[in-house]
Amino acid sequence: MFENLSDKFQGVLKKLRGHGRITEGNVEGALNEVRLALLEADVNYRVVKEFVAGVRQKALGAEVLASLSPDQHFIKIVHDGMAKMMGTQAHDLNLARKPPVPVMLVGLQGSGKTTSCGKIALHLQKRKRSPFLVPADVYRPAAIEQLKVLARQLDIPCFDSRPDADPVDICREAMRYAALNGYDTVLLDTAGRLHIDAPLMEELARIKSAIDPGDILLVADAMTGQDAVNVAKAFHEKLGLTGVVLTKMDGDARGGAALSIRAVTGAPVKFVGVGEKLDALEPFHPDRMASRILGMGDILTFVEKAQEQVDEKQARELQKKLRRNEFTLDDFRDQLVRLRKMGSVEDLLGMIPGVGGKVKEMKGMAPDESELKKVVAIIDSMTAQERRNAKLLNGSRRKRIAAGSGTTVQDVNRLMKNFQQAEEMIKRFSKGGMKGMGRNLPFFR
Amino acid sequence: MNESGDRTGGTFFSRLKAGLSKTRELLFMNVEAIARGIGPVDEAVLSELEEALVLADAGADLAVEYVDTLRAAWRRGELPDVEALRSRLRRMVEETLAPRMAPLVVAPPYPFVVLVVGVNGVGKTTTIGKMASWLKGEGHSVLVAAADTFRAAAIDQLQVWADRAGAGIVRHKEGADSSAVAFDAVRAAKSRGSHVVLVDTAGRLHTKSHLMEEVRKVVRVLGKEVPGAPHEVLLVLDATGGRNAIAQAKTFQEVTGVTGLALTKLDGTAKGGVVLSVTREVGAPIRFIGVGEKAEDLRPFDARSFAEALF
Repeated sequence: MFENLSDKFQGVLKKLRGHGRITEGNVEGALNEVRLALLEADVNYRVVKEFVAGVRQKALGAEVLASLSPDQHFIKIVHDGMAKMMGTQAHDLNLARKPPVPVMLVGLQGSGKTTSCGKIALHLQKRKRSPFLVPADVYRPAAIEQLKVLARQLDIPCFDSRPDADPVDICREAMRYAALNGYDTVLLDTAGRLHIDAPLMEELARIKSAIDPGDILLVADAMTGQDAVNVAKAFHEKLGLTGVVLTKMDGDARGGAALSIRAVTGAPVKFVGVGEKLDALEPFHPDRMASRILGMGDILTFVEKAQEQVDEKQARELQKKLRRNEFTLDDFRDQLVRLRKMGSVEDLLGMIPGVGGKVKEMKGMAPDESELKKVVAIIDSMTAQERRNAKLLNGSRRKRIAAGSGTTVQDVNRLMKNFQQAEEMIKRFSKGGMKGMGRNLPFFR
Repeated sequence: MNESGDRTGGTFFSRLKAGLSKTRELLFMNVEAIARGIGPVDEAVLSELEEALVLADAGADLAVEYVDTLRAAWRRGELPDVEALRSRLRRMVEETLAPRMAPLVVAPPYPFVVLVVGVNGVGKTTTIGKMASWLKGEGHSVLVAAADTFRAAAIDQLQVWADRAGAGIVRHKEGADSSAVAFDAVRAAKSRGSHVVLVDTAGRLHTKSHLMEEVRKVVRVLGKEVPGAPHEVLLVLDATGGRNAIAQAKTFQEVTGVTGLALTKLDGTAKGGVVLSVTREVGAPIRFIGVGEKAEDLRPFDARSFAEALF
């Protein structure tokens, strides 16, 4: 996430590092690099202009703090400016009112409204709300069916919308139905539309006045270009947005939209979509995001994720084992399974300071879902002794294991090679290769 | 490709023109002097033009390059007024686009297999629906393969488009192996004698290596069943997307090879500029552009009418 943007900033800041103090001469070069980096990141041109002007003023006007070097001071100014631009704190949905509370999702075609609807429903359910899904996209073929399928997967109730009904009527009726059945949050999935499509925008306004939603969320694709601002502005003017869901943040899109939309509408980013699975939705933390952009890493998110999946005792035990060089195939399997639950390796590594740029080299090292199943099957087909001591695995044992796990000897060989690589990597890490950061965290391999 | 007159005079051209009106406005109305259409060229006009090009998603590099070229010409005294500037710019746009103009030619041996790829939400399924209609109109028999087995109801969506176009469809259950669907589809096409197979795939972010691996497998399976297939790997790009489109194109290029591009959602947004940067930075021709929701709003790309509609 934001990987390339932080790469660029690091380049810029290196240039500044050699200088003794911030002067008009040396800051101009850095500012221009910042400007180009942000433009390349699809941050809106006008937003960039304003932002750069703000940074220039602060950088030249302010006294350099005694404790900071000029480049650190410059980072601080850019960082604060960015965090401010994206909003200063995390925001949640406005649910504090008489239920059922309607939440409307709007946006362009293909921005990810239906998927986000499902994800938010799951998020609410985890927080003990009882969500109700309402498909109100009567235009795109099979859009209603898509939400119904998601609802079935999540086991969350879904309104039985009919494609020949008027979307306003659907929403009104769904609200009545939700009130009768005791659902407290109603998620309305509206049809994708271009912000310049007047009749369809009018339809949204009619839905709004019919049901008075607690939240109107703009679902925006992190890959959106310069136009993000116009889109957000048009929706905002027509409906009064209360928040933004930024989707597809697990790609390598610079996500400049995140910076621009907030600057133009004032509506905070409330959630970010970070994957195809239905639990891949995170609250948005502007300050953390700014750190990430600046290559300071997002250690907080990383630690939170790790804590979700790892129980501390296990982690300590593992650490001991590592020190004694007793990493076994059993541990390897546990780590792989746990890692998979945390998200992709690339995402995780991107959160660690100083690693951002190296992530590219590590791509393709993570097993995918089906490969993981194979790995688990192979390890499960070994005897306890073999798992403790991988050196035992000679040709005939490997043949037996392949037959037992329904794989081939080649699969077993590949696994063993990966295991050896992991072992080596761990040895390197436990010697403090990552400034000690990685030592406590199970992210290897 | 359709050689009739409707390319310049008919409804598609007018829709294209309307679709690009926002870009046009952005490019010229923002540059006040150009908007007035008269007056001398000066440094202010040039830098306003640069800003307008960036805003239209043409990319900072291209904008700087265009404006540098124009500035040099202006200094040589070749651009006395904004009218001259405008027509020079138009020529430059045409020159950028022309080398990348190559319509999709569907030719025997049949079946001609088109694999459609792209990130999530760019409009792959819709593009296939529209392509199926267009190909039917050109007299081909079409079979679509519902190999997006991941997204909920993607198969049903494609079914609706296939019914509208009168194309055949090969579908499995949701969650099935997409290579298996592709395999069955080309098999069916061979036995039915269909001309074209359009393979819909699940949207995948180009950064997810395991998903890219999966699409590589589809390519392999197709190639095994029909020599030379896929004959076309069509990458669908969302014109409202910004610079990331380039990164997408490059990764898909590496993994599957990309032989053609379809740019969707060009209507309504101010992003006509993305056509320029994509053309320049990606080595594949633009086959289709989409400027609206109707089946006939997807058309073969034509550099001249595009430049005409833009200016």
